[in-house]
Amino acid sequence: MGLMNKHVVLERHSLLLTICILIVVSIGGIIQMVPLMYMDNTIERVDGMRPYTPLELAGRDIYVREGCYVCHSQMVRPLRDEVERYGHYSLAAESMYDHPFQWGSKRTGPDLARVGGKYSAEWQVDHLKDPRSVVPESVMPPYAFLADKTLKFDGIKDRLKTERLVGVPYTDEMIENAKVHLVAQADPDNLGYDDVDGLVEAYTAASGREGTVEARDYDGDPTRITEMDALVAYLQMTGTLVDFSTYEAGDLKNRR
Amino acid sequence: MTDQNKDIDTHSGTETTGHSWDGIKELNTPLPRWWLIVWYATIVWAIIYMILMPAIPALPGMGTNTPGLRNQSDRDNVAVAVQELRDKRAASSAILLDASLEQIETDRELQQFALAMGDSLFGDNCATCHGSGGRGAKGYPTLADDVWLWDGTLDGIQYTITHGIRDPENLDTRFSMMPRFGRDGLLEAGQIDDLVEYVVDLSGREADGAAVERATPIFAQQCASCHGENGKGMRNVGAPNLTDADWLFGGNRDDIYNTIYNARNSHMPAWEGRLDDASIKALAVYVHSLGGGE
Repeated sequence: MGLMNKHVVLERHSLLLTICILIVVSIGGIIQMVPLMYMDNTIERVDGMRPYTPLELAGRDIYVREGCYVCHSQMVRPLRDEVERYGHYSLAAESMYDHPFQWGSKRTGPDLARVGGKYSAEWQVDHLKDPRSVVPESVMPPYAFLADKTLKFDGIKDRLKTERLVGVPYTDEMIENAKVHLVAQADPDNLGYDDVDGLVEAYTAASGREGTVEARDYDGDPTRITEMDALVAYLQMTGTLVDFSTYEAGDLKNRR
Repeated sequence: MTDQNKDIDTHSGTETTGHSWDGIKELNTPLPRWWLIVWYATIVWAIIYMILMPAIPALPGMGTNTPGLRNQSDRDNVAVAVQELRDKRAASSAILLDASLEQIETDRELQQFALAMGDSLFGDNCATCHGSGGRGAKGYPTLADDVWLWDGTLDGIQYTITHGIRDPENLDTRFSMMPRFGRDGLLEAGQIDDLVEYVVDLSGREADGAAVERATPIFAQQCASCHGENGKGMRNVGAPNLTDADWLFGGNRDDIYNTIYNARNSHMPAWEGRLDDASIKALAVYVHSLGGGE
């Protein structure tokens, strides 16, 4: 009973007890979290993943602001029925530039991890404006106001800088041209900018893969850039970046 | 609390903690034996689990975690499960792949199989735009009627599903581009107004005769190359028939004005890559059977 008796020391010194409780509790947390920061297989090595373009990032911020994640997850789990319905299971690499990530297990609506390109941009706009016009049984609230709200993007440069601060590899050139790139992607024809090439070049270089940057008027209103433009640009990109033809599921570092 | 001065409660026979408050002592009742056994068992189980399953993270610079003796991997498991499912379907899929679309439609058993498969695929992938049963919506073609923009044959439907319409990512996609007559300044507002009357007249409704007359040369010059001289449309460029009562984007004057001013050029994603060939074949048969297949 010799060691057990030392417990009396803890029981009689409340501060010491508090400190020891904190140590014991944090061991569990540290063992769970710290290895993830250095282990080789935390994030898969993939081709094609790139930072989000300024317009996509702005759209993602609207996605988070409107609480889309409350009903939609962005994580296809490695289960047969999910892979059958949504496509390839999600990789950690696909959310490595997400701050915060949009995983989750609460699905009132379908998972959106692979929604990019599944429907046309026109459909996304119609559906966001009035979900029941295209899906009669839907319980999603309408987001028609997004099409009326002009996107505010004065702070987009700082927004990119902030992302870089937490590890997203935006280049100086991307940050410098953030505003120009945003406008170029949303309205390549109409606002007198000729920077679509610059946008496509910069983000294609980051991705290392052709065809990951789309520039168009997403919301059907070419006179201005709305929040609808941004959100639909984000949705149409979601889950399309990684090149699965070069992804090796059998690699030890990609096993989970 | 040392062994030397154990304080045993006389009433219960249990050791006390030795604390005393106003003569009241606290029993130091030992944990029940069954509880302790279960507790120790969970510890033993945790150790076994760590040996069998991926568990122990490597130290920095030493690679990955221990794979565990069972070599368990969710990702491997799902790959196996999906493969098993494919194998199960393979026999029937192979029959679909080998048979021509016409054979599938005439062979009763094959047709039933393709329709059942097509029905579930349609509900998951197509009904979001084309509506359940292919009833369509404004801007999304009805598939259950005999009005076809591009091609209503089995092969044509299969092609459309495979390559999509105006899909920028697909090289073989069906493509045409109606000019934005108003927005790009190709026609003036007055000319578009006249054209609207012309189109209304084409579809057999009452229209302003003078405007129709003014628009006749404009139609011949700007519209006839795709919609045909008589406005009956052209399948090879997906130009709709303007003389019937079917309107994809609405047939009232405002809608028609809007269509001429901004053009529509709606797009459908290509499904090759997302769906396998057998699925696309089944879908083609299903869509063809909805009511208007040619």
